Amino acid sequence: MELADLTAHELLELISKREIAPKDIVKSCIERIEKYEPLIKAYLNIRDPEEVINSIREGASYSALPIAIKDNILVKGLPNTCASKILSNFIAPYDATVIEKLKERSFNIIGKTNLDEFAMGSSTENSAFGPTKNPWDLERVPGGSSGGSAASVAIGFSIWALGSDTGGSIRQPASFCGVVGLKPTYGTVSRYGLVAFASSLDQIGPITKDVTDCALLYSFINGHDPNDSTSLNVEPYRYSPLTGDIKGMKIGIIKELLAEGVDPLVERCIREAIETFQDLGAIVEEVSLPHISYSVPTYYILAPAEASSNLARFDGVRYGFRANGKTAEEMMSNTRGEGFGPEVKRRIMLGTYVLSAGYYEAFYLKALKFRNLIASDFKKAFESFDVLISPTSPILPFKLGEKVENPLEMYLADICTIPINLAGLPAISIPCGFVNNLPVGLQIIGPVFSEAKLFEVAYAFEQATPFHKRRPQLGGNTYGV
Amino acid sequence: MEYEVNIGIEIHAELLTKSKVFCSCPVQFGAPPNTLTCPVCLGLPGALPVLNKKAVEYAILTALALNCKINRNAIFHRKNYFYPDLPKNYQISQYDTPIGIQGYLEIETSSGRKRIRIRRVHLEEDTGKLIHSGGRITGSDMSFVDFNRSGVPLLEIVSEPDISSPEEAKEYLTNIRDILVFLGVCDGKMEEGSMRCEANVSIRPKGSERLGTKTELKNINSFRAVERALQYEIERQIDIVSKGREIIQETRHWDEKNEKTISMRSKEEAHDYRYFPEPDLVPLEIDDGWIEKIRAQIPELPEEKYERYKKLGLTPYEAKLLAHDLEMSTFFDETIKLYNNPKNIANWLLVDVTKELKDRNKAINQTLLTPRMLVELLTLIDEEKISGRIAKDILPELIDKGISPRKVIEERNLLQITDTSELSSVIEQVLKENANVVEEYKKGKEKSFMFLVGQVMRLTKGKANPKLVNELLRKALG
Repeated sequence: MELADLTAHELLELISKREIAPKDIVKSCIERIEKYEPLIKAYLNIRDPEEVINSIREGASYSALPIAIKDNILVKGLPNTCASKILSNFIAPYDATVIEKLKERSFNIIGKTNLDEFAMGSSTENSAFGPTKNPWDLERVPGGSSGGSAASVAIGFSIWALGSDTGGSIRQPASFCGVVGLKPTYGTVSRYGLVAFASSLDQIGPITKDVTDCALLYSFINGHDPNDSTSLNVEPYRYSPLTGDIKGMKIGIIKELLAEGVDPLVERCIREAIETFQDLGAIVEEVSLPHISYSVPTYYILAPAEASSNLARFDGVRYGFRANGKTAEEMMSNTRGEGFGPEVKRRIMLGTYVLSAGYYEAFYLKALKFRNLIASDFKKAFESFDVLISPTSPILPFKLGEKVENPLEMYLADICTIPINLAGLPAISIPCGFVNNLPVGLQIIGPVFSEAKLFEVAYAFEQATPFHKRRPQLGGNTYGV
Repeated sequence: MEYEVNIGIEIHAELLTKSKVFCSCPVQFGAPPNTLTCPVCLGLPGALPVLNKKAVEYAILTALALNCKINRNAIFHRKNYFYPDLPKNYQISQYDTPIGIQGYLEIETSSGRKRIRIRRVHLEEDTGKLIHSGGRITGSDMSFVDFNRSGVPLLEIVSEPDISSPEEAKEYLTNIRDILVFLGVCDGKMEEGSMRCEANVSIRPKGSERLGTKTELKNINSFRAVERALQYEIERQIDIVSKGREIIQETRHWDEKNEKTISMRSKEEAHDYRYFPEPDLVPLEIDDGWIEKIRAQIPELPEEKYERYKKLGLTPYEAKLLAHDLEMSTFFDETIKLYNNPKNIANWLLVDVTKELKDRNKAINQTLLTPRMLVELLTLIDEEKISGRIAKDILPELIDKGISPRKVIEERNLLQITDTSELSSVIEQVLKENANVVEEYKKGKEKSFMFLVGQVMRLTKGKANPKLVNELLRKALG
């Protein structure tokens, strides 16, 4: 075990006991980056190591725990590419609200991580600057779209990271990389400074090595922001040490998400997780959410619709990449034609189509109705259950290039995570087992604002299982237990 | 064949809020380009809109003044289209749930009062401004964008096609302008672009039920242009139809210089704006309490002032002139509180004061004249301390220097001569010097009398009490 493999709360304790020098943690992460980043390619931009070391502040422990930021969250003065050619030369002129909050605590940003272009994808293969590799198996994808952040945390390039989640983009890569990822309740974390993909679904959230770190980091970034009109003015979550007491708690296992299409090896891990919960004194029962199977089509109408409008601003007029053209229109058209990658174009076209006159009612309005039906399915389920569980992904991390030719198959693999965004709920993904040395993730879903409860359930599971302690092995070196 | 005309008018009014509608950048005109901008109004990645409450209040206030129903749940929509002056390439606007619906405005027409229905009043954001090198878009090889105007709150007021002539259109437009100005929500300057207008025009055979094919007129930049553009377009349409051809549904541009409308784009080329609810904003909930609070702020509007002024004894002409001028009517209302002769005040304001203001190209509130000063001046006339002539002479000093009339006449020794013996001696002198005129008068030439009065006034430098002069002169002439 090196310092880069420890969790934030373990390191904080070591710092407070003065057993380690803050500088050594940063150095450990930098060494890890120097060694493995050429293989993993988790980052689009890494800050100068010296600068990162110099950013450590006496008495400000968080400045010693490098954090990685997904490259669609603006950090003033750093490039913000969204893994797109169209923003390849864009330097963020302001800080996202979450970054302001982290800077208030002297957080030390080590770099900006790779993603699927504009967060559109589930494998980080849609990056204009090349894919990120899964630290558990370099031939496999780390998931996406926050694949860079998840890989960075898994391999120890950073102690923790921020990602964004529109349909599973935090949870699925967390699952694929064997780390913890939280998609918070919609409206609890400010979206100001997050480059919008689908505004009504996007949320920023933490990616960490364990549940305690996740609760800590979430406590730092959540809270009302007057700059985001969809930010909710509710009592923010404040961290308090987790107990892991879930005795008597009612857990629902979503029937439709453990049916056909789920890899039997993944299913076995989930079944074992159910037994663990029962051993911990929880009551686990099956629950049906009848409309959940419509989630993927609903999502692939609403998210592209919003995206087609959100991405309209990238036109070469004011910032970013600009192509040539004889007229303004031609310049804008060429800029977008050359600047966006194929998946982004596919979704812009989908979204433009479903919003077009004559199709709006048939697609967009109908999808909104299904969104409400899905949300009410969850609401009903939470009348009988404290939390619900499912696999985070029905499949194991797949090989690079394996699904690139079949976007529909890739879309369908997001069936477990998408409904949560449609319903605006919080959900956490935690490691719940390994298959052939590939991690499997368990998703725990709660009602709105139930993050504290999710952390308790996840923590209870974590305390009873060893999976969160495993670290990927690379280049013959063995990390972890 | 006889045709009837249907005109619908769409007005865009820039609201006079301190800050923009979705960010805190100031609303200000004439600042250097791109100095009043931020990530939000520049459409930078990650920036989000936050609704300006004041802009909503102005919208509700206007909607109420135009007799609209207020949508309790008003939603903002995105209107999607690409244009370099639109930073997000969508405009945050309102679609099927505007703030105000189903209102109306009454106007005076040659055939009496007429109600023009108002379809909707909604709030949206303004775009930036394109500046083409060489000044014109055609042939220009470079364009600049100034985003200072981007995000300025705009109120859109859309009428039903109830307007039947260019004159009515102008009347409707000026009435709306006056209401906006009286409400204090817009300065109503069409020439400066703070109020803009587009018109839908169609014609149909008299008595026909169905509306004819409409054209949409853009680039109407003055009240005068409204009338002329509509007149041109109506004649153009009648010409086409009477030749047996059909009107094409299209957008036409008013060419001010050549005084004609030019085709811009046809219906086939029209945008599909792909409206959908703005996911970055929450629905705007407007409750009764808020509406009533805003309703209580509606000031007396020109129409009500007009009626009140008529009751005060003003002629309809005087009443209208005063009632539609915010500064003048405010001054008038202040003055009548101090001096109980509205007719006299109106006279002075509309004739003498107006003339002085025109010379200076100023509004009354931009001068030093106060209601108290005007009342003092009128009282001096009533008390026969000065003549109306003297009063007119010293008016510029009140307007430019703000000196009280009493002080001016004291300093300049302008107090009226009411001493009979003093005046009698002046009259004696005048009669002696103008014996021939006296002769003419005696032969019955009444005009000569006025000449003699004038001579007395001249010798007294206008200070003689005219009534007394009249009296004494008649007596002297026997």
